[in-house]
Amino acid sequence: MTAYVFRGVRPYGEAAVDIVVVDGVITELAAPGTGVGEVIEADGLIALPGFVDLHTHLREPGREDAETIESGSQAAALGGYTCVHAMANTDPVADTAGVVEQVWRIGREVGLVDVRPVGAVTVNLDGRALAEIGAMAGSAAAVTVFSDDGRCVHDALLMRRALEYVKAFGGVVAQHAQEPRLTENAQMNEGVLSGRLGMVGWPAVAEEAIIARDVLLAEHVDSRLHACHVSTAGSVEVIRWAKSRGVDVTAEVTPHHLILTEDLVETYDPVYKVNPPLRRTEDVLALRAALADGTIDALATDHAPHPHEHKDCEWGAAAMGMLGLQTAFSVVMETMVEPGLLDWRGVADRMSVQPARIGGVATQGQPIAVGSIANIVVIDPDAHWTVVPAALASKSSNTPYAERTFPGVVVHTMHAGRPTVIGGALA
Amino acid sequence: MRHLLSAGDLDRDAALLILDTAAEMAALSDRSVKKLPTLRGRTVVNLFFEDSTRTRISFELAAKRLSADVINFAAKGSSVSKGESLKDTALTLEAMGADAVVIRHWDSGAPYRLAHADWIGGSVVNAGDGTHEHPTQALLDAYTMRRHLRDGTGALEGVRVGIVGDILHSRVARSNVLLLQTLGAEVTLVAPPTLLPIGIEQWPCDVSYDIDAVLPNVDAVMMLRVQAERMQDAYFPTAREYSRLYGLDGERMRLLPEHAIVMHPGPMNRGMEISAEVADSARAVMVEQVANGVSVRMAVLYLLLGGAKELGE
Repeated sequence: MTAYVFRGVRPYGEAAVDIVVVDGVITELAAPGTGVGEVIEADGLIALPGFVDLHTHLREPGREDAETIESGSQAAALGGYTCVHAMANTDPVADTAGVVEQVWRIGREVGLVDVRPVGAVTVNLDGRALAEIGAMAGSAAAVTVFSDDGRCVHDALLMRRALEYVKAFGGVVAQHAQEPRLTENAQMNEGVLSGRLGMVGWPAVAEEAIIARDVLLAEHVDSRLHACHVSTAGSVEVIRWAKSRGVDVTAEVTPHHLILTEDLVETYDPVYKVNPPLRRTEDVLALRAALADGTIDALATDHAPHPHEHKDCEWGAAAMGMLGLQTAFSVVMETMVEPGLLDWRGVADRMSVQPARIGGVATQGQPIAVGSIANIVVIDPDAHWTVVPAALASKSSNTPYAERTFPGVVVHTMHAGRPTVIGGALA
Repeated sequence: MRHLLSAGDLDRDAALLILDTAAEMAALSDRSVKKLPTLRGRTVVNLFFEDSTRTRISFELAAKRLSADVINFAAKGSSVSKGESLKDTALTLEAMGADAVVIRHWDSGAPYRLAHADWIGGSVVNAGDGTHEHPTQALLDAYTMRRHLRDGTGALEGVRVGIVGDILHSRVARSNVLLLQTLGAEVTLVAPPTLLPIGIEQWPCDVSYDIDAVLPNVDAVMMLRVQAERMQDAYFPTAREYSRLYGLDGERMRLLPEHAIVMHPGPMNRGMEISAEVADSARAVMVEQVANGVSVRMAVLYLLLGGAKELGE
């Protein structure tokens, strides 16, 4: 029998207790100081269900120089995550049962978080023929989320078929909404600034038009749609409208779209190059409001490691994407908790409960309560930390927050009853 | 001033200093020995990722007339994924002791990146970056206008300039709008709506879709090169229709006031945005623009590479 006690911790910021974990399960919420087991000091800190990321690029197989399942799992644990969904745009693409099983198996061997592979919707992400969705769903990895992320399933007929087909497995299609013709060679948000900087624009309508089409398709075939990395105020309006019609649509927003705006592109520093691009202040505020009121269901990092040379170059040559796992909670703290948009139960909902539900991961997102599987993050809301890119666990260092000081520190993480992070360091 | 990256970086005094210095440099080209010893021992690298023979030659001549050593580095490549990276090229030039790098690059912002990424210590001159800016072109255009308009007094306040053509993809238009605004001129951009950037209503200039309404009210009209291939991306239906609606032919030229000049940054598409009759007319100052380009670039290199002190002495 293995027993741990989180001593004096406050679940959801509420009354202090000892959380007793025995053999991977929460067995008791005892009076402070009374729990029995190996003590993990957490006096006055806040306990939440372990975070679940719907959108992580672990880069393995194929780009192990940028990230591996192991290094990405470490970054996730340090960020308070107990489960990540590994996106399919690896090399080879995760479009067969073999690849998703490999990713799932390595994730299990590393053992720091649940690694849930996302399967490709189309073969090689080419947008032409459906991948073997059934085989991936029926594999040991039991895939339920399918996405061509990085590319949009832009063919309306193929999207319709994918939405229909996943119904047989209780799956969901997670769409990267980007109309390809409207975004050829696009570099940044299209607006006054892109015109002045002479950059090819990525117009908001290219995202909104696809989301509008897809919610109507999902309604028509009575299936589930998930909108990845929603980035514009207009997309929020479309999703709000669809939900009011009863369409089974969910949506995620990234931390960087909650805190960064397009004016950073003026530096021409490719660390700010990301897809979808950074948008206007109005968009950022609309996204925060939508995450607060539940129109956007979940936070998802879109953690996208890239090797140094793909960012240490001119803008046009640079890769799109930024790290997110280790800074996600702090961004939520600064943009949502401190301004009063989300309380601690709200944070638990958007970072754990909803993503677990959307991803179909029954073992995750369980409440801090007796009988729950012990996936737990303990955070110190009063502490601050400064981001040092080279000190992050990721094999890459393309964080847009270098030298930035954030509120909120992840102190301990427990995955399925086993401490993965203690005192802010890997256990 | 250490770099020249954007026409917007120049305040009125800095712009006028360059233009006045260029006038002094121009006087030199009337002499039998067209050379100053000012930059002897200094190295200027022309780093051209994009072909542009005329701009490269202009900078080369400017540097040579100031007695600088000139290296032409044609880092041509059709794709950013091929060949050496900008960073490694920059480190190479730095190791060779380049005092100034004149860069032409297909990517908007590449000169800014080169100047700010800590790769090199020398000055950076933007010789055209993507669809962003081409500040020395704007300077030579302003220089040309100063010589021709307002009886050559050099005052551009209130001068009305029409810029016609592919504004969306034009680095010349962006730099001209910024510089002419600084110098007090009034700019009207003319193009079909497809060739105007989103957000143009916030630029410090007027916009029109109707060239015939604009021409009678300008002191100078600048015709921009329009690539016929743009019609493949549906910017306009056919080259003929573009030419009919926005091209400057002899009949339209006669709408201009008597004193107005016709400019073009080159290379021209005769028969597309400008007819041969206009290009060869007495109002056309294209050949002079080329000559003025050398003077302006001499002034820029001279001022950037520490010539300012000597000038003041």
